[in-house]
Amino acid sequence: TMSGRVIVGVKRVIDYAVKVILFCCCNRPIYVLIFYPVVTHLTLCLLANVSQLTPGDCCTRETIRTALAMGADRGIHVEVTGKDYETLGPLQISKILAALAKKEDAQLVILGKQAIDDDCNQTGQMTAALLDWPQGTFASEVTLEGDKIKVVREIDGGLETIKINTPAVVTADLRLNTPRYATLPNIMKAKKKKIASMKPADLGVDLTSRLEVLSVEEPPQRQAGVKVETVADLVAKLKELGRI
Amino acid sequence: MFPASRYSCQARRCIRALKIVQAEHITPQLYTALHRRTCSSVSTSRITTHYTIHPRDKDPRWEGVEMDRFVDEADVVIVGGGPAGLSAAIRLKQLANKHEKELRVCLVEKASQIGAHTLSGACLEPTAVFELFPDWKERGAPLNTSVTEDVFSILTETRRIPVPMLPGLPMRNHGNYIVKLGNVVRWLGEQAEELGVELYPGYAAAEVLFHDDGSVKGIATNDVGIAKDGSPKDVFERGMELHAKITLFGEGCHGHLAKQLYKHFNLRENCEPQTYAIGLKELWMIDEKKWRPGRVEHSVGWPLNRNTYGGSFLYHLNEGEPLVALGFVVGLDYTNPYLNPFREFQRWKHHPFVARTLEGGHRIGYGARALNEGGFQSIPKLTFPGGLLIGCSPGFMNVPKIKGTHTAMKSGMLAAEAVFPKVTAESVDSETAGLHVPEYAEALKNSWVWKELYAVRNIRPSFHNYFGLGEYLGADYNQLKPAKDCTPIEYPKPDGKISFDLLSSVALSGTNHEGDQPPHLTLKNDDVPVSRNLAIYDGPEQRFCPAGVYEYVPLETGDGMRLQINAQNCVHCKTCDIKDPSQNINWVVPEGGGGPAYNGL
Repeated sequence: TMSGRVIVGVKRVIDYAVKVILFCCCNRPIYVLIFYPVVTHLTLCLLANVSQLTPGDCCTRETIRTALAMGADRGIHVEVTGKDYETLGPLQISKILAALAKKEDAQLVILGKQAIDDDCNQTGQMTAALLDWPQGTFASEVTLEGDKIKVVREIDGGLETIKINTPAVVTADLRLNTPRYATLPNIMKAKKKKIASMKPADLGVDLTSRLEVLSVEEPPQRQAGVKVETVADLVAKLKELGRI
Repeated sequence: MFPASRYSCQARRCIRALKIVQAEHITPQLYTALHRRTCSSVSTSRITTHYTIHPRDKDPRWEGVEMDRFVDEADVVIVGGGPAGLSAAIRLKQLANKHEKELRVCLVEKASQIGAHTLSGACLEPTAVFELFPDWKERGAPLNTSVTEDVFSILTETRRIPVPMLPGLPMRNHGNYIVKLGNVVRWLGEQAEELGVELYPGYAAAEVLFHDDGSVKGIATNDVGIAKDGSPKDVFERGMELHAKITLFGEGCHGHLAKQLYKHFNLRENCEPQTYAIGLKELWMIDEKKWRPGRVEHSVGWPLNRNTYGGSFLYHLNEGEPLVALGFVVGLDYTNPYLNPFREFQRWKHHPFVARTLEGGHRIGYGARALNEGGFQSIPKLTFPGGLLIGCSPGFMNVPKIKGTHTAMKSGMLAAEAVFPKVTAESVDSETAGLHVPEYAEALKNSWVWKELYAVRNIRPSFHNYFGLGEYLGADYNQLKPAKDCTPIEYPKPDGKISFDLLSSVALSGTNHEGDQPPHLTLKNDDVPVSRNLAIYDGPEQRFCPAGVYEYVPLETGDGMRLQINAQNCVHCKTCDIKDPSQNINWVVPEGGGGPAYNGL
């Protein structure tokens, strides 16, 4: 076991089984379906003193409670509202996480690999960079070896094993474990646990976005294919479409 | 499989030999044709693996598994976070605060979020909301659309006969609100939490617990972490027990625990069997030019024939966007096993009067749920030692009005008012450990709920009688005629613009369940579907399920069919439990959090 704090990030995203329907009105997308809580890949229980934080709007407290019920010791809610919330992206979140990691004197930050709403796969890496800490991303196996961490990473070519110093950032892949259930007795106990609230300003973080959303559209409808009989036909068709 | 070219000569010879051996094994069986078909169940693997059918104390895979449950006590436990359950919880806390008494009220709900399993038209009669919260407007209750137009039609295949909505008719909607009931339920949940009710969405009540004297002790929530084959997984955890002085059961139409309670306490000995309908609903974003906010449309007639009860609704919401809620209701006492309520709904939408509203629009939601049709005569005994029934579970639906929310809420409130003095009394004078509160049934009999239901008690039963006199046919599951005596119905193919196929509709309901768990549609006998349902009725469950859960598929080997249960599709409508002619299907609650994800439906 390792002594020291572990910070686990939790994000509230849309349920993967729900169909998202997009309606665009005045350049801003209006999502018709609301978000359902999904706690992504929390690894707990090997390490002591686990605390949690969720930057986001005020409806995330329930998500934090579920995470507390799954075994975290403390919850931290970084409240972001209004315009700042709309432009919240991986860069802003990493800044918050980095500031918190320093404030809490954490030894390990565990985050999800890639959220299903924005599909960015950036927060873990950015957080590590801001802290100048080593990173073990796409982890499917995490073992402590003294004061180092051995991480087996799921990469395109197969599995890569690396050993990194602590403090470090690890992002969790699906294969890391089977999440335990948040049982009702634990939910009841979690209702009594305190969730600390703070604002990004308290952490000295600037949330201005460097991105401007120009438009949001559904992907174009897939057109029916065209069958051709010979290679000559194919070449002619491609020329016709201006592709060659 | 593996390309043969990759193998050596010797390996190829081996594979060839193996193939011959394989073919020899599947030699034609020595059965007769009849034997082969009805024997198909012999070669099927078990369909039902749930512990309610195969008890775990006799199962060797469960030896040594820790089965103790964590126990907690509350004053009142409420099963079900719908309008009735939440109203009861809210009223209890309102009384507790008013009289400055401590009261622990716990509510368990199988949906992952309050409101996610709620589905209704809905044209809400606001009497109960106004009673519960006189300051409903300041509190932001989502009652945004007053009814402005009320239209009733009798449809034929191509035309529409208008029926004037004269004052005094039960169907008139003046003073009512078109609501997204899911949003109202969510709002009720927020009010309840503010008042101090402990809400636990995502936890289903799976078992009723009893004291030694036979009274209800409370409930136990579902176990988690059981694999599809019924064995324990690494993450197996027992549910917890919630004990209470009294338990309020508000599971909605045809609740699975209520089903057990009816048998256990013989609550239905002096009432008619409950009868039901299935309601299917869609939410559409339509062309703004066609949008008439506040407009309520109902119809009867086409596409149903004279002997099948049912009709449609179409409500124009007024919440900023051009949304309409529309749906179709089919009485589950229908006789033709070839009837497919989902496809009736889809083809109704093509009627010119309906299609003109939907053209150019976009479908954004789908769902289905069974509803009560029995009315006054089907109300069971409501109270028993340790518990009582509220809402659509016993069934207070005003059938001609097709409204049950206001009566469900009122029943919850009356239950709370009857229960409160007893649970907060210093000393309790009770014969049984669980409290018996017959005062609730008395209060209900003296309330407007009773008067309202009594006044309309003969309308639905008279549908089937030639002279329009009230007549009861008995339970819905007994009404199907054998398939050989009925004509299959030719349904039109969905056009993908106004009508749709079943599976894309199910996807829109957002339903999902943890895949690796025993199917919660349990069969008392795995052989009955093929030997009875399919043989006599041509498998009506593949037609009445609005989510495609039941499929008869050919066996992989030999002749015959087997039933495939796609439990993950289930939208918790309860129609199968109601309409199965063999009453072989027992719907039980899956792992909490599973089921549809309705958003304001």
